[in-house]
Amino acid sequence: MSNWDWEVFFDAFPMIIQGLGITVGLTIACYIFALIFGFFWTVADRIPIKPIHWVIRWIMEFIRSTPPLVQLFFIFYAWPVVPYVGVALDPFTSAVIGLGLHYSTYISEVYRSGIEGVAPGQWEASTALNLSTKQKWMKVILPQAIPPTIPMLGNYLIIMFKEVPLASTIGVVGILHLANDYGAQYWRYLEPLTIVAILFLVLSYPSAILINKLEKKMNQRFNKKDVLEETKGAAI
Amino acid sequence: MAEVETASTQYTAANNAEPIVKYLDVHKSFGDVEVLKGINLEIKPAEKVAVIGPSGSGKTTIIRMLMTLEKPTSGKIIVDGNYLWHMEKDGKLVPANEKHLREVRGDIGMVFQHFNLFPHMTILENCMTAPIHVKKEDKQTAKQRSIEMLEKVGLGDKIDNYPSQLSGGQKQRVAMARALVMRPKVMLFDEVTSALDPELVGEVLEVIRDIAKEGEMAMVLVTHEMDFALDIADRVLFLDKGVIAEQGPPSEVIENPKNERLQNFLHRFRS
Ligand SMILES: Nc1ncnc2c1ncn2[C@@H]1O[C@H](COP(=O)(O)OP(=O)(O)OP(=O)(O)O)[C@@H](O)[C@H]1O
Ligand SMILES: [Mg+2]
Repeated sequence: MSNWDWEVFFDAFPMIIQGLGITVGLTIACYIFALIFGFFWTVADRIPIKPIHWVIRWIMEFIRSTPPLVQLFFIFYAWPVVPYVGVALDPFTSAVIGLGLHYSTYISEVYRSGIEGVAPGQWEASTALNLSTKQKWMKVILPQAIPPTIPMLGNYLIIMFKEVPLASTIGVVGILHLANDYGAQYWRYLEPLTIVAILFLVLSYPSAILINKLEKKMNQRFNKKDVLEETKGAAI
Repeated sequence: MAEVETASTQYTAANNAEPIVKYLDVHKSFGDVEVLKGINLEIKPAEKVAVIGPSGSGKTTIIRMLMTLEKPTSGKIIVDGNYLWHMEKDGKLVPANEKHLREVRGDIGMVFQHFNLFPHMTILENCMTAPIHVKKEDKQTAKQRSIEMLEKVGLGDKIDNYPSQLSGGQKQRVAMARALVMRPKVMLFDEVTSALDPELVGEVLEVIRDIAKEGEMAMVLVTHEMDFALDIADRVLFLDKGVIAEQGPPSEVIENPKNERLQNFLHRFRS
């Protein structure tokens, strides 16, 4: 392979950047899917019926321990030929379902840790004040459970962004796919793939910094002292 | 009634009233361990009951069942004439649902050992939330009543602070104000001073004493403060191994105990 060529770089750049919309769009779609489905898992997991609890746990464990790539392939290639329930899906939709479902199980753990992070005494005080179940969640539990999860959820957005190129394998035409096409066409891979790497860096690095800031802010607002006190078993 | 109303005539009057709370043969087990072995208890309106006893004897469990935080294994609890953990359906008694529990537990309030204030709310919001959302009071009334209650417990200047900015004694006084604005008929106190630094205990006991003097609310106090119990309680229960082993006016139970284990228990406190 020849050395770096700026001409190739500037030739490939406008073409590859056309895929950025798809890449970012897919990230957001997968993420929203994961946020919503994660909520579904968390609620289902809280149903106080043992067998349901086990089944939900087992499904989540199954989804988590299978590689996302295998899940993508299954949904795109195998699902359409499953009798009765199978449907053929376009690459974008398959990717949203595949990656979204996979990460929903992780997002669900984030929700769970947020909820379980609220001290049991908060539930008891809410009961003693005779709040309804809905009021307990809305006024007492969620306002305390959500802030600490926001940095973690932000991290998953970045992770999701970095996983989305997997969708290229089932034909979603994002930046990686376009760079690959360019390489195949002109037999030049160095510049197009460098462009892809730069684009990812340019988008995820500032996001990471932003999330870091957010985390600090949440800690301040939520008053780390309170959280520490509580974990030590002291009282609020 | 005679015009001279002494403390003792008040006590007798209270004694003739219908009980506000009744426990009928209440048992409670955790797993295989039975921690309450048949509690029978009547609490009159405005009566002040102190519950004493060794660690693990079931004091906390008794009042948590009344607050609906713990479900009795068997037996019945009646609050102001209504079953707490049961409701009538087609003429039969069936386990209560959440709606029924909500209706009945409105009469009960509780102050916890570890305060359990809401850390994301100001002191004022801590007090206002339940009157607004549970009692459907308008915001202005709830706010005014909450401020009055906070002034009463000596925290009128802290209403916009957050719990993390208060001392333990102040937190516990907020917790009392928060429970009091709901105007319960029975207020439960679970060792409310035992998580406090010794120098902060006095201010909290002082507030409880004030509340007790006002009179109309029944109070059940789980406490290790014997002098305090002697001072404000109409009746003291000595709980031992899941049963009420001795009860009576504090002058008898604390100053002249008959039960041998109670004598030992008190002896340990005196020394
Ligand atoms: N949720 C629970 N699960 C299992 N066992 C419990 C639970 N709550 C209480 N117990 C047990 O029940 C018994 C009575 O507990 P309880 O808290 O009522 O005692 P107590 O008289 O309040 O004691 P202390 O003075 O230490 O507060 C104890 O042996 C305790 O270990
Ligand atoms: Mg206790």
